Amino acid sequence: MDQNYEGPLLTVRNCRQSYHKEASADLVVLDDVELTLEEGEIVGLLGRSGSGKSTLLRIVSGLLKPTAGEVKWRGKELRGPAEGVAMVFQSFALFPWLTVQENVELGLEALGVRKDEREERTEAAIDLIGLGGYDTAYPKELSGGMRQRVGLARALVVHPDLLLMDEPFSALDVLTAETLRTDLIDLWMDKKLPVKSILIVTHNIEEAVLLCDRILVFSSNPGRVAHELRVPFAHPRNRFDPAFRQLVDDIYGIMTRRAPKEVQAAPAAVPTGFATPLHPVGTNLMSGLIETLHNPPYDGRADLPALAAALQYEADELLPLGETLGMLGFAVLEEGDLILTETGRKFAESETEDRKVIFAAQLRAHVPLISAITTVINQRSNHRASAVRFRDELEDHMSPEYAEETLRTVIAWGRYAELFEYDEEAQQFGLEEEDDETS
Amino acid sequence: MTNYTPPALAGRRLPNRWDGVALLLVMGLLIGLVDVGRGTIATPIAAIQNTPIHLDPSYLPYYALRSTARMFAALFFSFTFTFTYATLAAKSRRAGMVLIPILDILQSVPILGFLTFTVTFFMALFPGQVMGAELAAVFVIFTSQAWNMAFSFYQALTTLPTDLQEVARSFRLSPWQKFWRLDVPFAMPGLIWNTMLSMSGGWFFVVASEAVTVGNTTFALPGIGSYVATALAQRNVAAIGYAIVAMLVVILLYDQLIFRPLVAWSGKFRFETTASVSAPEPWMLKLLRRTAVLRAIGDAVSAALEAVFRLRLGAGVRVQIDENREPSRIVDGVWFGVIALVAAYAGWRIVDFVAASLQWHDLGTAVLMGAYTMTRVIVLMSVAAVVWVPIGVWIGLRPGATRIAQPIAQFLAAFPANLLFPPVVIAIVYFHVNASIWLSPLMLIGTQWYVLFNVIAGAAAFPGDMKEAVANFRVRGWLWWRKVMIPGILPYFITGALTASGGAWNASIVAEVASWGNKKLVAQGLGAYIAQATNNGDTARVVLGVVVMSVFVIVFNRILWRPLYAYATRRTTLG
Repeated sequence: MDQNYEGPLLTVRNCRQSYHKEASADLVVLDDVELTLEEGEIVGLLGRSGSGKSTLLRIVSGLLKPTAGEVKWRGKELRGPAEGVAMVFQSFALFPWLTVQENVELGLEALGVRKDEREERTEAAIDLIGLGGYDTAYPKELSGGMRQRVGLARALVVHPDLLLMDEPFSALDVLTAETLRTDLIDLWMDKKLPVKSILIVTHNIEEAVLLCDRILVFSSNPGRVAHELRVPFAHPRNRFDPAFRQLVDDIYGIMTRRAPKEVQAAPAAVPTGFATPLHPVGTNLMSGLIETLHNPPYDGRADLPALAAALQYEADELLPLGETLGMLGFAVLEEGDLILTETGRKFAESETEDRKVIFAAQLRAHVPLISAITTVINQRSNHRASAVRFRDELEDHMSPEYAEETLRTVIAWGRYAELFEYDEEAQQFGLEEEDDETS
Repeated sequence: MTNYTPPALAGRRLPNRWDGVALLLVMGLLIGLVDVGRGTIATPIAAIQNTPIHLDPSYLPYYALRSTARMFAALFFSFTFTFTYATLAAKSRRAGMVLIPILDILQSVPILGFLTFTVTFFMALFPGQVMGAELAAVFVIFTSQAWNMAFSFYQALTTLPTDLQEVARSFRLSPWQKFWRLDVPFAMPGLIWNTMLSMSGGWFFVVASEAVTVGNTTFALPGIGSYVATALAQRNVAAIGYAIVAMLVVILLYDQLIFRPLVAWSGKFRFETTASVSAPEPWMLKLLRRTAVLRAIGDAVSAALEAVFRLRLGAGVRVQIDENREPSRIVDGVWFGVIALVAAYAGWRIVDFVAASLQWHDLGTAVLMGAYTMTRVIVLMSVAAVVWVPIGVWIGLRPGATRIAQPIAQFLAAFPANLLFPPVVIAIVYFHVNASIWLSPLMLIGTQWYVLFNVIAGAAAFPGDMKEAVANFRVRGWLWWRKVMIPGILPYFITGALTASGGAWNASIVAEVASWGNKKLVAQGLGAYIAQATNNGDTARVVLGVVVMSVFVIVFNRILWRPLYAYATRRTTLG
């Protein structure tokens, strides 16, 4: 490594990641992303799931080669995982058959570090991260928080210049996550971490504001850097400071704001309307949220951060819910607020059967896929339609996983609205049979 | 249990009671190895042909040792095969396209049908030497073990958790390090379980492959199988009894000394994030872990292995994934072309070989024989289901009974059923009944236990809350079977039935022909067809029989078992 190198640790220019589709246009995950990382800063990549932020992290780590664009690590083009970059995983990614010590040693073994030095450095990393005494334990004997400490120690033991963290605290409960965040910041402030810079991916707005010096907010479909902002507060930060709250509120606003381009392009680019992946939101969850919005204290209008706190949801969980209500015409998202529409109010006040009628009407009006399915069923003489053709059509526009998820969602919604039946064995949609006809 | 670390105090290093037991075991093993080596190396084949198999029971321990040694030699080759073949199939897309289907077919081919080819091959390789016969026997055992082990390893390699793969790549482990740190440990529980199944199946083939007649080559390698064959030829009932007892002892030892400790140990590699209730530690594992001397040896061995695993072989290989890189069509085209050519050549050779001595009506005969054997398999499977499902469910629903019966069923599955044939054969000769009917049950004697222990496992795993719900609604009688228990155990039953029916086809080669002294019993069927062709050295008919049987088995699996299993797992599991 060039010790005399002076300049940004990492630069990403015009980065684009797409998946080639045979039949149709490429599926773009990341588009035109720019990122520069200097020594001594913590940078957050904030975005919804599917916004490509984890993909960007994998590109930066050298695990994934971008379709186009340039990634430079310490001034040199990045080709594969580089020395001096270490990663902490959301799922901890510990080897269950290795002890804490063996897990931490792993990176050093790969470097071919000699035994005595290996043991010394492992011991130091374990102590630094507060794992002393757990050396011989296996991961399955540890709690989630302790496991992530092992993940952290494993990354730190190789003394990386850049520490990559992929949603490191999202699999932990609230209190444990907070402890780990505080410990991380304390070590960072005391300059005890053997790292020069940290890049952290998160969907938790408060976490980003709490930890980062700089936040890049991603928009989805395709993933782009929608906004970049500096966090002007000194560590340790106070979540209840009005300025802190205001920044969190502002970011909620940014994340719910629709990209203007998307709205214009939608009707022209996708005539069938199939291209919209649906969030897998259950009908009970929707009903529950509509009722909550309708009832006091919200009375039809709720501030998203407040609602998220009251329901113990994270932004990443609440936003798809709100967007689904918006898409179906039950509510409107406006600058960080969720407002119930007239239809939503009517739904909240109805009984089960009437709700189904309202829901069916909204589905027909706003979900092109649903209307396509019902049309095909009605055209056929046997009133059946194969799900395979719809899945194929969906896959022309999105990844197979999203296509499957969208289809599942449509099946669940259609069943609730009694628009059609679905036969899992035959993978066929059919006409909903009236009870009195069969008996 | 993994937390147990004896303090390294001087007192602990003094020899204790466990050391005495361990010493005996180790010495016994060493002496056995020396003995086996002396008997094998470069003894002319005439020597074993001149040394008859002695029916004196005092020879049995030695024969048992020889049979066991063959088993472990085959196991060694099976592991070598598994690690190389499955790795190649998993890492190379092009290789996988060919290797995996080949494995799938190999799994369905009747192993005993190979005997003709392997014996000829290895005898030609070592003309006039015992080595050829030994290797032929070992190879037959290998073919009974390797396929499912390789499959299990391949499946593990293709389902490696993404995050752990990313760790391995981002920390830049070399391919060699990754293999021993990630691939092998992740595959371990499945591999151990499959090794155990292979071993169980293997005993059957150890016995079947020792005394072989192919055309005018006859050999009897010293071992339990030859002992039984000789006993049958000499109508010695007592000797058959001794052989059964000896085999029981061997399997009991193998189960207690190797298999149980290994399964308990492999629990460490189970990929789960929560600590499970640990089963009691097998005594052998306790011995290994608590005995100072054995522990020291174990630690030294594992330290040496660790050092080997840490070697950075193949470091610096590019590990960046480029999802936009398209596989080269030209290379693909060449590859497919080569495969097509090789396949065409192989097909031509087979046709050429078979056509020289066979006519179309031979194919008709073979298929008809196949139909007979298939009828036997279907009838026997139905009988086994009717008998063992109620019994298995009864046992499985009672934890006390399960604890006792499950190890016994697994044990019986490992017992080579061909040792149990003679009593049946004697009975048939004695009562003058129809061999075509009464030889049939032999096919399932060994494999029916798979149905039993899978059903027990299924019933034991039946969720407690569902049992309570069923009791609460007072569902009982036929309704209980139809709506509750049969769907509940279906995936387990199918797993067991698939194994059992595959085994039954295989066993038909030894079960449809039996002899007692100079009295020969033959049941009409494909197994007898292959066995007789083998005896006559009629290679063309062996090929035909093996091919027809493979096709029957593959069709059976594809049309019946796989769809059934897919259906059962889809419909009887939540989520």
